[in-house]
Amino acid sequence: MEQTEVRQKVLDIIADVALDEDLSNLDDSLALRDQLDLDSMDFLDIVMELKKRHQIEVPQADYPELATMDSCVTYLTPKFN
Amino acid sequence: MATNSDANRIVITGIGLTSPNGNNLAEFRNNLLEGVSGIEHMEIRHMGKVAAGNCNFDEYKYLKKKMRKRGTRAGSIAVYCANEAIVDSGINMEEQDKDAIGIYLGITEHGNVETEEEIHQLYQNDLKTEFWSHHHNPRTVANAPAGEVSLNLGITGPSYTIGAACAAGNLGLIHGAQMIRAGEVQWALAGGISESTHTFGIFAAFASQGALGSDEDPTMATKPLDKDRNGIVVSEGGCVYVLESLEHAKARGAKIYGEIIGYHVNSDATDFVLPNSSRQIECMNKAMKKAGLGPDEIDIVNMHATGTGQGDIQECAAVREVFGPVANTHINATKGYIGHCMGAAGALELAGNLPSFEDGKVHGCRNIENLDPECAIDGLVIGAPVEKEVKTILNNSFGMLGINSAIIIAKYN
Repeated sequence: MEQTEVRQKVLDIIADVALDEDLSNLDDSLALRDQLDLDSMDFLDIVMELKKRHQIEVPQADYPELATMDSCVTYLTPKFN
Repeated sequence: MATNSDANRIVITGIGLTSPNGNNLAEFRNNLLEGVSGIEHMEIRHMGKVAAGNCNFDEYKYLKKKMRKRGTRAGSIAVYCANEAIVDSGINMEEQDKDAIGIYLGITEHGNVETEEEIHQLYQNDLKTEFWSHHHNPRTVANAPAGEVSLNLGITGPSYTIGAACAAGNLGLIHGAQMIRAGEVQWALAGGISESTHTFGIFAAFASQGALGSDEDPTMATKPLDKDRNGIVVSEGGCVYVLESLEHAKARGAKIYGEIIGYHVNSDATDFVLPNSSRQIECMNKAMKKAGLGPDEIDIVNMHATGTGQGDIQECAAVREVFGPVANTHINATKGYIGHCMGAAGALELAGNLPSFEDGKVHGCRNIENLDPECAIDGLVIGAPVEKEVKTILNNSFGMLGINSAIIIAKYN
């Protein structure tokens, strides 16, 4: 799977978690939590949706890999493949 | 009741509600006077078509989408009602000491809706608990509806629920009054909440008990006090009041709906589900004693009257014993319009009668076409409203495991 597709899949999940947020101007290099109203429960939602929708497990030790969209894509692309 | 200083007199200064037939007091009252039912047929998991009362308020009027998804239906009802009550009261939240506000919400139960849904999802996921939601615990803790109000409004005073089966709506009000009088909080958001229509279990249990109301016409599915009644219609709803001391209300020039002048709570200690007339009589009498009133000084008695065979007879025996000999007292019941709103019932049904202080009308009971002789009581208002000057209302709410409550509200002069 291409990185652009992975980004879209992550974005789809974030859109379903951060329901009140405008994601159109997301800066992929900045921390998601600095741009969006996300808390620890939201991150658990994102991890759960990765597991449910794409059968991807993210161990707790790897949560920092989901900090930015860029890091999400880098970390998740091999797992999608 | 305590002393009569303004600091000890507790008044109602704001009302926020949602019922199956109205999303604010004016709408609700008008529909009670006009005979409009809020009961419809709905499809429910595992059971198919049932009669039920659902609310259609705007869940997002005061709640962000994310918080609605994270929280519970009960919480969304509570947040709506609490915000509506504050708006109605004229209180400016920006000027409030958030630590001095209490949130006390009566509930019949909480967590069934979320647990049933999780179990359903568990079976869709081949019983893999790894997909069990991390939201399960915060959604199902018993204080969730009150906690969601606290989070929504930034209130840092005490916020919790009061589990009291179907007496809970009254209990929320009573507890709120007690906490203000005790000096624990300056003012309170108090009342009752229920989201029961979103769980099949409560319908199935009433059906198994032979107490689930049904009819081809859903608006006739529950017929409290009618000879042909066949049970309860399960409904959701909420009603939250702003309560404050008379002193506090006067200081800010608040509109006053009425004053809590008496109440009583007791327990049957006799049966899990069957009521006990003797304890109900004691409950009403002790509430009147605290108010310093006799039965002839109560203008309206709103019955709990759920539409079950035995429950209605027992309560009618109790009300007849206390108020039967009294010509002044008018008696009504609300569940023929909206079904049984469980934890919200007491608070909602009281709200439906409070406008009587202003409009001089007593709404009637709906769906009594053939009054059960065992439910006949002098003063029972059937059908159309009657004109009457109203200065006092006694509101009954009773619940399973034998909890009884009566609260008396007086018109404020």
